[in-house]
Amino acid sequence: MSATTTAQVDVDSIGIRRRPRGRVAVIGNPNSGKSTLFNRLTGLRQTTGNFPGVTVEKHSGTAQLDGSAVELVDLPGIYSLAGASTDEQIAVDVILGRAGEAARPDGLMVVIDAPHIYQGLYLLQQLMELQVPTMVALTMTDAALAAGIEIDVDALSDQLGGIPVCPVATTLGTGLGELKSTLAGLSEQPVPPYPASWPALSAAAQGLADASDGTLARIDVIQGLVDPTGPAGQQLCRQVDTGAVDDVSTTLFADKPPQAEEARHRYRWARDVVGRVRKQAPASRRALARVEQWVSRPWPATVLFFLSLVLVFQAVFSWATPLMDGIDAAAAGLGDLSRGLFGDGALGSFVADGIIAGVGSVVIFLPQIVILFLFIILMEDTGYLARAAFLMDRAMRRVGLSGLSVIPMLSSFACAVPSIMATRVIPDRRDRIATILAAPFMTCSARLPIYALLIAAFVPATSVGWFNLQGLVLFGLYLLGIFGGLATAWLMKRSALRGPKPHFVLALPEFRRPNLQTVLIKLWDRCRIFLKRAGTVIFVVAVVVWALAYFPRMDMSGFTPDPSSNQSVDNQQAAAQMAQSYLGRAGKVVEPVFEPLGWDWRVSSAVIAGFPAREVVVAVMGTLYAVGAEADESSLAERLRAATWPDGRMIFTLPMVLGLMVFYAWCLQCAATVAVIRRETNSWRWPIFAWTYMTVVAYLGAFVVFRVGSGLF
Amino acid sequence: MTLAELRNGMRADITAMNASDPGIIRLMTLGLVEGVAVEFRNAAIGGDPIEVSVFGASVSVRLDQARQIEVSPLEP
Repeated sequence: MSATTTAQVDVDSIGIRRRPRGRVAVIGNPNSGKSTLFNRLTGLRQTTGNFPGVTVEKHSGTAQLDGSAVELVDLPGIYSLAGASTDEQIAVDVILGRAGEAARPDGLMVVIDAPHIYQGLYLLQQLMELQVPTMVALTMTDAALAAGIEIDVDALSDQLGGIPVCPVATTLGTGLGELKSTLAGLSEQPVPPYPASWPALSAAAQGLADASDGTLARIDVIQGLVDPTGPAGQQLCRQVDTGAVDDVSTTLFADKPPQAEEARHRYRWARDVVGRVRKQAPASRRALARVEQWVSRPWPATVLFFLSLVLVFQAVFSWATPLMDGIDAAAAGLGDLSRGLFGDGALGSFVADGIIAGVGSVVIFLPQIVILFLFIILMEDTGYLARAAFLMDRAMRRVGLSGLSVIPMLSSFACAVPSIMATRVIPDRRDRIATILAAPFMTCSARLPIYALLIAAFVPATSVGWFNLQGLVLFGLYLLGIFGGLATAWLMKRSALRGPKPHFVLALPEFRRPNLQTVLIKLWDRCRIFLKRAGTVIFVVAVVVWALAYFPRMDMSGFTPDPSSNQSVDNQQAAAQMAQSYLGRAGKVVEPVFEPLGWDWRVSSAVIAGFPAREVVVAVMGTLYAVGAEADESSLAERLRAATWPDGRMIFTLPMVLGLMVFYAWCLQCAATVAVIRRETNSWRWPIFAWTYMTVVAYLGAFVVFRVGSGLF
Repeated sequence: MTLAELRNGMRADITAMNASDPGIIRLMTLGLVEGVAVEFRNAAIGGDPIEVSVFGASVSVRLDQARQIEVSPLEP
């Protein structure tokens, strides 16, 4: 990395932290550098994973300015306020103070990236109707310069009726000082004038707003006029005399579609402005331009896309191994150490088997999860996700969806929760629900631990051609998830969610260098969430499971070992203790349910414990198989390989393991996902359906694999 | 001639579009309106969707919508 990532020393960061005065909403097109700027201004404050084009939850942070501080609220990236997609609706609601308890912001910072000034100006014109003090942050001026485009900032400010414009080269951090001082004085600024693109619309809307006795803002009226059949249109007709509304509509739009007329007026103006403020400068010919051109042709682009996916799988498996071995060894060492410290009694067992084996078996997967998230975040930050949507649109049409569904599905490989929120970019409700139902099938990072454990334990690490067999099996599991998701979408779009062919309208960002700070902040954020889960939910479950497996204690004095067994006396004792523990008794009750899949009561208990959060399964297995393990079976994989039924048959046969993995590939074991489906669909019907459907499909899949496999092997 | 018939590197002015189609209206909010010059950039496999740029900003357009957009080619 070069000087681009050296942070500017910010005097405020060493000075006094001030309480924020005033709230400013940050808004702009998707991929306009909004998040990067937001992170720069608010410093190392956590964000909650800003997934493709979506600001998940309300991000806010305090920007420390000279002598004051302002609270910034990051809004979803949008192209227009038309309210077509959920994101556009959210942005409008927040700005108008309709989102929950939040008051209206005191100011707007509109982020426009210099290469896409044309589309940025359209949104800005709509935002000027809000009548809130407004400023413009012109980002990526350095990227535009490299492409031979220079923007005359003063001329632009004039064209906007005096709205201040602050150029920032986000990667270099130049221009931040001026931006901060403008931001500090933003709340004292006058509200913007009528947008120059269509003053007649603004004036007519202001008139109707005045006639509504203050119940409607000017933007409400405009939305009602532009979309007369939508909710805003109905509200307008309730508040204002319908005749007056019709008169205004006829004058403004004649008989043309209002949204099209708005686009024509605003873009006619944007075109003139861009012509006046954009200067061609000599482009610094990038050596990579020709390569980029070739790579973005149909076939090379598609091949490259699949190659990059294969690279991710290889990386997750091979690069993470040394780190994982290190964590594994550390956990085993800690276990031995605690046994040495606390002895072999309940306390020693609690620390070594409960805490260290439980939590350690999950934390070990942190390196893989970091690598996986790093790839997804890089794809997002370089604008590649949108490119992938473009390449895959035609394939997605086969299952009745559009390329827009590719973005949430790809990010589901990291985690289904933010990706289900990312479906807000899909305008059509039916397509959105079909995508939401498909998303949990994608192999998320929480499934990796169980896959990695089972593959490492039961799939030989031989090479098949250029690839390693373990990697191929993992790739197969990913394909299984993709197949499950697409088949589900296809079924839904042909039955309950049948509807017209979805549109596919998407702006494609240029390929950009990722910003190190943004990538690191997002990555740290995901790791934090993962470790927090490991430290709280998983810790508690591990402890509870340990206690259920450890108590009640059996009186060993009357225990007679079975001389015909090939097991050591110690192991027989431990197994007998386990079988009569609370957990053993409960496991025995559910065992018949999962017996057709070849699972013993320990696997069944672990799977049931894993329904709230699937990472827990490994932790529970870690605990269950630690109690009563041979001392030389240090790792969980070895313990699983040694596990047997009472009659000495192996529990973990290859068909059973494959079936178990199929179960994991298709089952919805994640309370957070169920909750987010409930929230995003605003009903209980869909989350209940998704959970039931996926559990049944997973069970049947595991059953078929186990039966067929057992017959063959 | 329609937008669907543009080939590599060709530039054209949009002359007319069917503004009653909701998909076309979405394209209009991204800046494809009558009177702007568009340039053909790329296509996905099978030539659908296509990528056109307007003022340097790329937009993805499906062929069935591109067929509803009339253009007149510009001399290179």
